[in-house]
Amino acid sequence: MTERDLPDSLIQIQDDFLELDQRDRLVLLLEFANELPELPPRYAEHPDLFERVEECQSPVYIFVEVDDDRIVHLFATAPKEAPTTRGFASILAQGLSGLTVEQVLDVPDDFPNTIGLTEAVSPLRIRGMTAMLGRTKRQIREKIAA
Amino acid sequence: MTVEVDPSPKFAEYAHPERLVSTEWLQARLGTPGLVVVESDEDVLLYETGHIPGSVKIDWHTDLNDPIERDYINGEQFAKLVGSRGIARDTTVVIYGDKNNWWAAYALWVFTLFGHEDVRLLDGGRAKWEAEGREYTTDAPAVAPVDYPVVERDDAAIRAFKDDVLAHFGRPLIDVRSVEEYTGQRTTMPAYPEEGALRAGHIPTAQNVPWAKAVAEDGGFKPLAELNSIYRDGAGLRDGDDVIAYCRIGERSSHTWFVLTHLLGFEGVRNYDGSWTEWGSAVRVPIVKGTEPGAVPVGR
Repeated sequence: MTERDLPDSLIQIQDDFLELDQRDRLVLLLEFANELPELPPRYAEHPDLFERVEECQSPVYIFVEVDDDRIVHLFATAPKEAPTTRGFASILAQGLSGLTVEQVLDVPDDFPNTIGLTEAVSPLRIRGMTAMLGRTKRQIREKIAA
Repeated sequence: MTVEVDPSPKFAEYAHPERLVSTEWLQARLGTPGLVVVESDEDVLLYETGHIPGSVKIDWHTDLNDPIERDYINGEQFAKLVGSRGIARDTTVVIYGDKNNWWAAYALWVFTLFGHEDVRLLDGGRAKWEAEGREYTTDAPAVAPVDYPVVERDDAAIRAFKDDVLAHFGRPLIDVRSVEEYTGQRTTMPAYPEEGALRAGHIPTAQNVPWAKAVAEDGGFKPLAELNSIYRDGAGLRDGDDVIAYCRIGERSSHTWFVLTHLLGFEGVRNYDGSWTEWGSAVRVPIVKGTEPGAVPVGR
């Protein structure tokens, strides 16, 4: 097993953050926050489908879709007053969407601690992303078991 | 030279009206020499999405806490931090932030540990500024760093440690957390991360007054009569009381510390920043569960 046994999409995100200094890492996180896609209409109308991530400091809701080819699609929504939370959700949505179920389940649980944000954002806040990753995996397990 | 006090009638009834400014007052004085506006938020990126023109950012966690020890930064670190933000010892500092100034009050309390004299809150914080449609910018402010003297932190007057709380029984304690945390249903606020307290409940005899009770609907502080009814009639505080306030890590209780000290005029108020994350994990300290404050613990 290599040191970075990660899907290419997450390696790319990790590299993008790690090559920046602390201040620019925050700027990149803000870019992610701004890129968090709007919900597709089929979910925008059904907020009840989303699961609130209780561990996050600001309300964030995530919803995982697994298609017939066992490809994962992740949707999330968080208020604009919570850009850090939006940024975390956007990193996961961009990094995990399009991966297979197995690839997502294999992502190390401590991935959020490995992208160079613990100092810029604080370890406490990073826990919010760890919780989102955990919820994502749990939703996938529930869906493939169903 | 400090900037003149906001004469708004709303503030006149408080014990220390000079500790608050209104959004109108601030708007009219942006760019005034001797005034530095500081944003302090829970969300570390919120400032970057747009802030009051000319304001600088100070983050409670990455700037005000020591990165190694569980403590605040020291005099040298504080001098470097605020000097880099263009704050001199005689600067008028106005702090505002998200969540009803919860983190702004925390920053103000830390400034007070270093004896910075003129530090004020923007009444209503970010929410009120925004609701009134006032300007935000994403432009980085042009800050000229200044020399700030190295002043050692003085914890004695406004900060309490665990041993101080153990020696305090018999005098008022205010637990400003949510009812769920106070009664021991949970160790952290609903929707917040667990921060690792091993036991749930409250410090014996503490009255539960959730911090946000001091906040009016517009995000500003409630009028004096309402604050008196909450803290004097409700929680039983009387003039001359020494009070210790606590929460989970000392942030929400700095908000209450501000209310008791600067709005109601209590003089001996201390903030126990170790709060529940220390007390709820410490060995052999007494804890009460449920809605009743509980009795003064007997020695053991």
